[in-house]
Amino acid sequence: MLDDVAIKVRQNVGIVTAVLLFSILYVLYNLAHPRGFSSAVLVQNGNEIFALAMVAMAQTVPVLASGLDLSVGAVMTMVGCFASYLLTGAAAGAPLHLDIFGLHLALGTFPGGITGILLGIVLCLAIGTAAGFINGCVVVYGRIQPIIATLATGAVYIGIALFLRPTPGGKIDEDLNWALTNSLGDFAATVHIFDDGAAGWFAPIAWIPVPFVLIVLIALLVWVPFRRSVLGRAVYAVGSAEGAAYMSGLPIDRAKIAAFTLAGFFAGCGGLFLAIQTSSGNADIPQAGAYTLNSIASVVIGGTSLLGGTGSAIGSIFGAMVLRVISFFFRIFDIAPLLQPLFEGLILLAAVSIGALGVLRVKNTLELFR
Amino acid sequence: MPSVPPTQQAFLALSGISKRYAGVRALEGVDFACERGKIHAVLGENGAGKSTLIKIIAGVVQPDAGTMRLAGNEVSFASPSAANAAGVVCIFQELSLMPDLSVADNISIASPPRRFGLIDARAQRRRAEALLAEIGCEDVNPLMRARDLPLSRRQIVEIAKALGKKPQLLILDEATSALTSADVEKVYAMLARLKSEGVAILYISHRMHEVEALADRASVFRNGRHIETFDKGMRSTADIVQLMIGRDIATQYPPKPARKAGRPMLALENLSWEGRLDRISLRIGAGQIVGLGGLDGQGQKSLLLALFGVLRGVSGRVMVEDREVRAGSPAAAKAVGIALVPEDRKTEGLMLPMSIADNLAIASLGAISTGPFVDSAKEDAAVKRAIARLQIKIGAPTDPVSTLSGGNQQKVVLAKWLMTDPRIILLNDPTRGIDVGTKQELYRLMRELADQGAAILFYSTDYDELIGCCDRVAIMYDGRIVRELEGSELTETNIIASALNIDATADGGVAHA
Repeated sequence: MLDDVAIKVRQNVGIVTAVLLFSILYVLYNLAHPRGFSSAVLVQNGNEIFALAMVAMAQTVPVLASGLDLSVGAVMTMVGCFASYLLTGAAAGAPLHLDIFGLHLALGTFPGGITGILLGIVLCLAIGTAAGFINGCVVVYGRIQPIIATLATGAVYIGIALFLRPTPGGKIDEDLNWALTNSLGDFAATVHIFDDGAAGWFAPIAWIPVPFVLIVLIALLVWVPFRRSVLGRAVYAVGSAEGAAYMSGLPIDRAKIAAFTLAGFFAGCGGLFLAIQTSSGNADIPQAGAYTLNSIASVVIGGTSLLGGTGSAIGSIFGAMVLRVISFFFRIFDIAPLLQPLFEGLILLAAVSIGALGVLRVKNTLELFR
Repeated sequence: MPSVPPTQQAFLALSGISKRYAGVRALEGVDFACERGKIHAVLGENGAGKSTLIKIIAGVVQPDAGTMRLAGNEVSFASPSAANAAGVVCIFQELSLMPDLSVADNISIASPPRRFGLIDARAQRRRAEALLAEIGCEDVNPLMRARDLPLSRRQIVEIAKALGKKPQLLILDEATSALTSADVEKVYAMLARLKSEGVAILYISHRMHEVEALADRASVFRNGRHIETFDKGMRSTADIVQLMIGRDIATQYPPKPARKAGRPMLALENLSWEGRLDRISLRIGAGQIVGLGGLDGQGQKSLLLALFGVLRGVSGRVMVEDREVRAGSPAAAKAVGIALVPEDRKTEGLMLPMSIADNLAIASLGAISTGPFVDSAKEDAAVKRAIARLQIKIGAPTDPVSTLSGGNQQKVVLAKWLMTDPRIILLNDPTRGIDVGTKQELYRLMRELADQGAAILFYSTDYDELIGCCDRVAIMYDGRIVRELEGSELTETNIIASALNIDATADGGVAHA
């Protein structure tokens, strides 16, 4: 048994490192913070982490199949813009309309209340998932390298986002915003469950921020089952040795499409939350780019190999949190924000260097180029 | 020919199977059958068509003509998984494991045990343990990644993976080549058990003593044709070697000069590497062409790579003109005057999208540069000389090298190295896949280079070529040089016998150390 544990730790050294790094940094941060270890700080951090954590999970799946997805930031942005139309919390029967270049396009009506909100959420996630599915099809059936295929589709998605929101705007249901961006207690009070959050048994967990709960739920309900499915394993197999995966009779094409589709879903979750959090839709191109690049950094810090085959979306969540915590430090220590990229870069370099140590063991140097 | 007729109960029957690759005949009208409960060996030298045969049976490639029947029904497998579904399972020479997945994952990769639709990791692990125990290798922890196992253990995992597919017909293609002798015994026991359970087993091996120990029946292939099938004990080892030889093409080779005692150019002493090269000592004089023979994968390629500075952790000494050389990289090897024409010209020999001129000049940029800049006048002149010297047929030197035929591409690789004026030229199967005319030009060129004082080490899978071109041939087996053949000893019979590590002159006596 001890052997098994040792093997598991050795195989997941990247994730373990990311978790340790995050824990240390986050404890230090809370110690230094005047209101450290409080629910308010946690809630704020949770809101700041959520979107990047989702985009990092999104990036992980194609990377595991040894492809990069440069459209995750764009999908996030596009879904956010859709959300600013679909989640306005308008009453039942109110027309759903798009305002584009002064045109007022009516797109029919939308149910109101909780049904309307839930339908809006489902639609937003479906849009993200569809965008990912298109990416997968372009890569598999167009036989285009993922990096260039998603560069192109990403531009298209940003174009759609700009089409929807030439300037930042729209609105999000206020209750939805309040319920999802605060603590569990606030959530219960808003949706009127557990005696509006006053139930005795609920009190000990009422302080937990909703975004963290959502991250855990998405990881447990989406990522973990996927990883344990045949398709999920095929994704790992494709990234590890595509030829061997083919010879073993695995569904290679389906695995790749699934990888990009799941990436679209995760990126959609990120975009949905970002819109809810900011109560608006914003086709922010630099922000989309920054999220894409940070997602790659998170994946690497979280112990996933860019060559594919090893790693986990859980690791990437911690990678994203490490990246974010670094920026928290800048806030409390009043360091010039201009220094932030420098430190993020140094941390990324350190994380990547650990992964590169294996090169020293290679006996046939030709293998380094395969 | 005393052939065994295909019997009624033939489990697998091929008739009239033919296959060509880019116009080159790999199999021609092959009839072949094997039965349940028998271990059937498939024998033949390099390029005899064994690999193509099993690839067709296993669904990796499709035949151009002919039919295949399995248990009486005509079948044609579009993919390896289709073959697996019909009970035909092959353990390939090139491992089919996914290095980043665990042993348990790999063993159950195609159809893992599931619970609520998800892979049941615990059941999968028990399954892996059970299958490994069936082979007698309980020491492999199913949680380990395939990447972290030594080659011999990976091969065991590969066998367990095949076993897990419940084969009706199991094909082993050199599946024991990397095993330790203790493991080989375990695999034999497993095969015997499968045989008694009525599984049909096809066994491809270059190791004659394995074939003698295991096989109930053997078929010999040569030049893509099925030559003969016979039962155990009906043929001596010497007979088998004779069946494997027999060639119809007569290629012209340049005359070998009378033997001269040129000054020693390259001397190797006890070169070893990672268990793949075993205390190799070899001397090559200036003006000599020394061949490296033997079956595929006996360490010949590793030896060339070791000399060219590609391998790390090589022990032993390399002397070039009586001075010890330790080349740590191809660049360092080039600096002492070593050139290597690599195995795969498309990935290691050429930069396919770059122009012919760029490819030619790439190894000798130092000589045609002024300061840090490439002198285009010198480059043009050097490129022109190289093209003229090797008579490379090109459109313009600025064309991408990918537009050339295989033979001309290989000439570009060789010309590139000749531009560095090497003292020692290492050739890794340079005539593979090129036409006869170009081959003869290359043979002439090799002799010409040797006459100008170069030392040439020439690995070829074609025995005829080794006999025709080389002053001396070193035969490798299992990482060692088992024999050096020279002058009148340099015959096909001797090469094949040494390559199989048997003594063909002593009528079937098997000498395996």
